[in-house]
Amino acid sequence: MVAICFYFQVHQPYRLRQYSLFDIGNNDHYEDEAKNKAIMEKVAHKCYIPANKLFLSMLHSHPDLKISYSISGTALEQMEKYSPETLSLFQQLVATGRVELLNETYYHSLSSIFSPQEFKEQVQMHRDIIKRLFGVTPSVFRNTELIYSNHIAMLAEEMGYKAILAEGADHILGWRSPNFVYKPTTANIKLLLKNYRLSDDIAFRFSNRDWAGWPLTAEKFTDWVNQANGSGEVINLFMDYETIGEHQWAETGIFHFFHHLPEKVLSHPDNLFMTPSEVAEKFDPVGELDIHHPISWADIERDLSAWASNSMQLHALHSLYNLEGAVKKKGDLRMIENWRKLQTSDNFYYMCTKWFSDGDVHKYFNPFDKPHNAFTSFINAYHDMVLRLKD
Amino acid sequence: MKVLMMGWEFPPYNIGGLGTACHGIVKGLSKHDVDVLFLLPQIPYYKESCIKGLSLIGVNNIDLAPGKVKVKRMDAILVPYFDPSTWEEEKHKYFIYEKDNTLKPLTLYGKDIFNQIQKYAEQCEKVALAEDFDIIHAHDWMTFAAGVRAKEASGKPLVIHVHATEFDRTGGHPNQQIYDTERWGMHTADKIISVSNFTKGMIVQHYGIDPAKVEVVHNAVDKDNYVETVYEFNRLREKFKIVLFLGRITIQKGPDWFLHIAARILHERKDVMFVFVGTGDMENRIIEQAATMGIANHIIFAGHIPYNFIDKVYQVADIYIMPSISEPFGITPLEAMKNKIPTIISKQSGVAEVVNNCVKLDFWDCEKIAKEAIKILNNPELKERLVNGALEEVNNLNWDDSAAKCITVYNNVLRDSSW
Repeated sequence: MVAICFYFQVHQPYRLRQYSLFDIGNNDHYEDEAKNKAIMEKVAHKCYIPANKLFLSMLHSHPDLKISYSISGTALEQMEKYSPETLSLFQQLVATGRVELLNETYYHSLSSIFSPQEFKEQVQMHRDIIKRLFGVTPSVFRNTELIYSNHIAMLAEEMGYKAILAEGADHILGWRSPNFVYKPTTANIKLLLKNYRLSDDIAFRFSNRDWAGWPLTAEKFTDWVNQANGSGEVINLFMDYETIGEHQWAETGIFHFFHHLPEKVLSHPDNLFMTPSEVAEKFDPVGELDIHHPISWADIERDLSAWASNSMQLHALHSLYNLEGAVKKKGDLRMIENWRKLQTSDNFYYMCTKWFSDGDVHKYFNPFDKPHNAFTSFINAYHDMVLRLKD
Repeated sequence: MKVLMMGWEFPPYNIGGLGTACHGIVKGLSKHDVDVLFLLPQIPYYKESCIKGLSLIGVNNIDLAPGKVKVKRMDAILVPYFDPSTWEEEKHKYFIYEKDNTLKPLTLYGKDIFNQIQKYAEQCEKVALAEDFDIIHAHDWMTFAAGVRAKEASGKPLVIHVHATEFDRTGGHPNQQIYDTERWGMHTADKIISVSNFTKGMIVQHYGIDPAKVEVVHNAVDKDNYVETVYEFNRLREKFKIVLFLGRITIQKGPDWFLHIAARILHERKDVMFVFVGTGDMENRIIEQAATMGIANHIIFAGHIPYNFIDKVYQVADIYIMPSISEPFGITPLEAMKNKIPTIISKQSGVAEVVNNCVKLDFWDCEKIAKEAIKILNNPELKERLVNGALEEVNNLNWDDSAAKCITVYNNVLRDSSW
């Protein structure tokens, strides 16, 4: 028997605007509202709305289909503001009872690395908004960008989660397979690992004509899934939801692929779909993993280097988290919210200089034309916050 | 008298001191009853400096005596302060205004900067054949070819004006082709005007020019249109002392030295913010270095600030520091003084020859510069004394005098070449 466990990440940050000298001390509105609205509307149009409708209809026609989502707090806020239709479709999905929601940090932040206290507050905030909008309380945790370590597993256990997701990175698995449930050495919690080969076949390679697997059909993919039968219990397919229609455009046939996948997968009597919490219930850990140094699902390195490696990123992160005590003591709710929005991991991703000259994926998602502008806009907003703290 | 003048930037579109200097001299000449026909390349529009509400201001809007000055746009693109390799990297960021006020990318224009220089020179030659004038006045190396072509076509004498040499711009590592152009221009010209004795020394030492061929005409500072603003920087100024860097972020201006000075000042006082105004080829490096040094949370990178906002920026500051490693003149300290800001300037500058109510130190002596800066920050009386003294000095410097000296140079050249 092999269970297919789909988890889709839904996230939109608040992108910062070019924050100028003349704004410092005069304007605590740091976001580019027009751009955020435009991007939410665009992604809703290309991905969220059509993909949600597709899954709704598939859940209707396949009683055994199950999927899961994690939707960041900043994405939910922007859906409420700019695309209520998207939000309402997500609510309908969850109402089917076969769509599970996961918890994460509200602001899609790196707080798990820099401040355990702030981390717990943001996870609680996310619990609250999920409860408010969907009426459910998740029992599985996924951290920003699948950042994971022994320490983070302990934090998740402390907060009562029964499972946590992570990347099935080669350098932590070695000879072992991601197609089983594991447990951390340090915590009593189930660990679900992403099968990055099969996940990335869909998320990254789907439309790549130079890839031997192209064109990827539901039949072909099901064959690959079936090969795990007998040598694995669960195949975790974790990916950005924006894969469907945004990263892989509709013209690539991605909707068609998903439309036919459940039928093909379920045509094999040993296959079934499970949500992360069901996987955690059903399977016992086959081994312990000891991960001191944080891993993630980003870039080839599968570490923190996309957000926290060059001097600008590190300086920005340390400066921001150094304000925590002062910001919370001041107790100004708007300032706390602004401080938390600045924590969104995307702000640091935009400062990444890794591969930048090769014009790869970092550049595609960067609203700034160079990482240095992302840094100066961030740090100028930071200056404004410091001034207000001194008021 | 009528002057055919060539320069490569002119307000309102200038990113460096050359535009300011050309404007000052032309304005001064027009008051002395000299006609000027200014041949200006197309001014590209820099994408990163797009500021909302900044529209194209016609040259007519500039405060020049009516009828005395005409500015003619040549169909060539010259971007000031770019060396050939930077031009290759950066040209995609530039746009040009079409007649209908739409922006068009620069891609249609020539491959390299020397192409554009030739193109500009050819067109200036045509103008020189068609127009009537007495003398040619060309500013800095990009226009030297145009000046020489115009001289050969018209038989009129050529004065070249050296605002900076390749040695200043590159910190002593000149691009050979630019150096050759400068040298050829200097040797072919009938007379050379240099902006300081400092620069005259460079011309004599590095270009093999007879000192007698070089006249020094110091720059000045424009005091018209000066408005004292009470600007909305109250919160920033209340909480922090502001130390200003204003100039292109390039090796010549010593931005890396400014960072070291900042680190030393922060060692003594934490309530200081450092503001970088300007852009340039070293910008990314300086931003990264500030982060590496762990002082970027005390630095505001303001980027490019349009000309008409510059006085406001000075008025934010408590001190202006110009740590240039080689500054032919340096108008910015005069602008700071006009805005009543105490200044610390590099000894390696021309402006140090004309002002005394400021602190003059070696650019590399960060320790001392930091110490002097802290002294000024801590001592309002010292600040007051420097500001008042400097204001008096600045009031005695004006472009009319600089222009008058240029006219003397013209007359001498015309006299010497008339036999």
